[in-house]
Amino acid sequence: MKVEYRTITDISGPLVFMEATEAVGYGEVVDIHLSDGTTKRGQVLDTSQEIIVVQVFEGTAGIDHEATVKFLGESVKVNLSKEMIGRILSGAAKPIDGGPPVPPDKRQDIIGSPINPYARARPKEFIETGISTIDGMNTLVRGQKLPIFSGSGLPHNKVALQLARQAKVLGEVEEFAVVFAAMGITSEEAQVFMNDFERTGALKRAVVFLNLANDPAIERLITPKIALTTAEYLAFELDMHVLVILTDMTNYCESLRQIGAAREEVPGRRGYPGYMYTDLAMIYERAGRIKGKKGTITQIPIISMPDDDITHPIPDLSAYITEGQLIVSRELHRKAIYPPIDISPSLSRLMNAGIGKGITREDHNQVSSQCYAAYAEGRELRSLVAIVGKEALSDRDLALLDFADEFEDRFVRQKEEEDRSITETLELAWDMLSKLPEDLLTKIDTQTIKKFHPKHRSENKK
Amino acid sequence: MISKTGEVQRVAGPVVTAIGISPRMYDVVFVGNDRLMGEVIRISGNKSIIQVYEETTGVCPGEPIEDTGQPLSVELGPGLITSIYDGIQRPLPGIMDLQGTNISRGTSIEGLSRTKTWKFVPAVEKGTSVLPGQSIGTVAETPHLEHKIMIPSAFKPGIISEISEGDFKVDQTIATMDNGQEIQLMQKWPVRIPRPYSEKLMPDIPLITGQRVLDFFFPIAKGGTAAIPGGFGTGKTVTQHQLAKWSDSDVVVYVGCGERGNEMTEVLTEFPELEDQRTGAKLSLRTVLIANTSNMPVAAREASIYTGMTIAEYYRDMGLSISMMADSTSRWAEAMREISSRLEEMPGEEGYPAYLSSKLSEFYERAGRVKTLDHNEGAISVIGAVSPQGGDFSEPVTQGTLRIVKVFWALDTKLREKRHFPAVNWLNSYSLYSETLADWFSQNVARDWPNLVQWAVNTLQREAELQEIVQLVGSDALPDEERLILEVARMIREFFLQQDAFHDIDSYCKIENQYRLMKCIKDFNDRISVALGAGISFDKILGLQSREELSKAKYEDDFDGYLDQVMEHLQMECRLWEESK
Repeated sequence: MKVEYRTITDISGPLVFMEATEAVGYGEVVDIHLSDGTTKRGQVLDTSQEIIVVQVFEGTAGIDHEATVKFLGESVKVNLSKEMIGRILSGAAKPIDGGPPVPPDKRQDIIGSPINPYARARPKEFIETGISTIDGMNTLVRGQKLPIFSGSGLPHNKVALQLARQAKVLGEVEEFAVVFAAMGITSEEAQVFMNDFERTGALKRAVVFLNLANDPAIERLITPKIALTTAEYLAFELDMHVLVILTDMTNYCESLRQIGAAREEVPGRRGYPGYMYTDLAMIYERAGRIKGKKGTITQIPIISMPDDDITHPIPDLSAYITEGQLIVSRELHRKAIYPPIDISPSLSRLMNAGIGKGITREDHNQVSSQCYAAYAEGRELRSLVAIVGKEALSDRDLALLDFADEFEDRFVRQKEEEDRSITETLELAWDMLSKLPEDLLTKIDTQTIKKFHPKHRSENKK
Repeated sequence: MISKTGEVQRVAGPVVTAIGISPRMYDVVFVGNDRLMGEVIRISGNKSIIQVYEETTGVCPGEPIEDTGQPLSVELGPGLITSIYDGIQRPLPGIMDLQGTNISRGTSIEGLSRTKTWKFVPAVEKGTSVLPGQSIGTVAETPHLEHKIMIPSAFKPGIISEISEGDFKVDQTIATMDNGQEIQLMQKWPVRIPRPYSEKLMPDIPLITGQRVLDFFFPIAKGGTAAIPGGFGTGKTVTQHQLAKWSDSDVVVYVGCGERGNEMTEVLTEFPELEDQRTGAKLSLRTVLIANTSNMPVAAREASIYTGMTIAEYYRDMGLSISMMADSTSRWAEAMREISSRLEEMPGEEGYPAYLSSKLSEFYERAGRVKTLDHNEGAISVIGAVSPQGGDFSEPVTQGTLRIVKVFWALDTKLREKRHFPAVNWLNSYSLYSETLADWFSQNVARDWPNLVQWAVNTLQREAELQEIVQLVGSDALPDEERLILEVARMIREFFLQQDAFHDIDSYCKIENQYRLMKCIKDFNDRISVALGAGISFDKILGLQSREELSKAKYEDDFDGYLDQVMEHLQMECRLWEESK
């Protein structure tokens, strides 16, 4: 029988300090019983023979010296079951859709142990998302973690939804699930997601965890971990391919800072704790493929960059961990281009493993580098035109300038329901590249030009 | 007798306070009922502060602590090559056999296999008097690597009283000395202490990497130090991988320190397939990998850099040339910061501990070309990636590193966005070895190597100046000579500097080919200069077929043959101009 203690000394922000009366393990879960009969859950952050510090997930409101604390002798665990699919749960995995509790087919620690790098299999299965800027330029593969960096007021949620709807692996019909974890998003935003999930039938294959803006901030610290523990169960024990969408990681980091401040820790950059990199890595690194297992976990975290600043610690540290990033651009959004993904700062690090001969097409890599280079040059010329006017440009510069415009208008822009195949995407790219003088195509080798350049292709036919 | 066991007093994340033991600084201790490995990092009164290399969840005050009385050490001997270790030299395949696909806690596995046998061939006879560090025989660790078995440097000099050829396990005695010391194939060395050598030498031989921008413009010497700082996505890891694949070293020690799991997987799957340029053997047969990914315990990340360096020093002592890649030193610095903040130390800049820069110097100073105790020449070249926060090079880790290293390969986000790879900024980067290595290049590659480099640097420098004018008036307003400079600089950038790491042929460019390619670009420049002087209009130059052909030279298998053709073609095109006049 677990004993309850009434030894709380201090309460400060989300933390409760109490005198130690028995040996309590670091990271242990506690239940705090309030005098009004409610129970709050917390976790031990610091333990010694004198003082124990507990962080309370549901906020410290209502806790007083009279509250009793019970140590459960285990770390934070979550019930897992296949039945979770199709359910809507709170940020702490309690049902909020009126359904029954999740049956505990398995109970699992939410921290998760790191995957042995030696046990990982290399992600290389191309995911066709139907979005040209992703498939053609920043290819996503199964087992990758590719965040969307955005700003307030930008349509990142629409992009994420389109991804969740259209993502598929060519020529395969396999069990597929979406784990959706919302951290501190507004109920309106949540509603948009839920409506879309219901409309497209995606909810039937989704597990939804909702921690809304008015839910306790500290609960957010466990929401992504619960979601990923669920994803790991579905992927590595039930052999499913799981797409995890985490939105919005910025809110998660804010909570992390809050805890750090409450514990009076030495802050790192902009007040965020010095261990934020490690903490984020413990979340993002829970994506991947494992040798000998069928399932995979692909992660798409959404991060809203404060003031669109990519050097802000949250996007910055994330990008150092994730395998690339997709940037939603305000400039493109203002030009009414959807999806406003700016390819220049975007990147997919695992692209090379997932494209090329036998997977997409042999010219994919070179076509994409060429588009990148030409678009970047064209964009640079725009600022020149603003000063000296088009007249001062050479024919070659004019061609690049046109390329950049056309690229945004035809390649980047597509409809919300438009699902372009990879061949369509590559053909579209060639169509635009073929309008450039051929000597500008320095990133494509001669054989590839002969084989795929529309001009040579028509010659080949003759 | 000092007490060897005590108890846990406090647990806060990876930092544990113990009472009841009186360890020395940096002693290894085992914490709690699960016997988690840790290291004493501060002693304060009767309390010992310990950083634990594993996750501490569940550890309670009152659990036992055991002091081993030994500092953190690695096992050195045959079997290191092809191994993949975590930050404290536990073999990851072994951990997988014991625990499955995920790493849980409290495993202790030896760094070197105790069951495998190696054939030892003595090089000295009974009765030989030997000194510490002296080699007494060899083991063929790989078909191309003679692993020298050396007298541990902590031993006293003596006379070999017994030595025999045969198959041995690493912990079996292969020789004994008259003073009773027994020599095994394996020895241990504490990671935080540099291994001794007899003297340091000046590095004056280049480490050829096959990467044009590095070898030609900013070469690193064998035994030199280089830093690759760059914001995310600028290609630090790809550059490190390229160096690990192509650099002409005998052994490569690759430390993945706090980086991505999938990237380590890439190395693990690629290296056994790729061939070593020099020997034709698989690349994995010269590589030791240390993988402590970002989600593995932070204290072990701090140790991983030292583990890697000690292994590199061990091979150096055999008279070999080693490349050590540390990707990324920023994660290492962050690990120090994290531990320091748990210790509630007074922070320096950006929360990093005040001793950050002295730790960085100590680390890089372990690189170098040396005369070993055994009178051979060995070298460790260290290439450290730096991941500055927000891509800002003024941050403490980048600055602390730049004060020590001799080569600076600055990666640039702007270049990355244009897909100019490797995104090494040619204006900001530098190599302090350029001058010392110029002699080597002129003797071994071509007499005019230094002049050609200088010409290329000047052209790029002029381009940067002219670009500022072009931004205001457009390129058409420039005189033809200056437009030519812009055009030639563009050729240097696109035909020479850009190199495709994922292209079968372009991935590695021989040093002779680097010279030839740049020479051709200069020839092109010289010929066109003459033509311009003779009144040919600039627009015609852009239409030259041979210019376009030159752009593809780097992708050609028959490099010399192809360039011969291109240059002939150029000559012909120039002749046509003259005739048409």
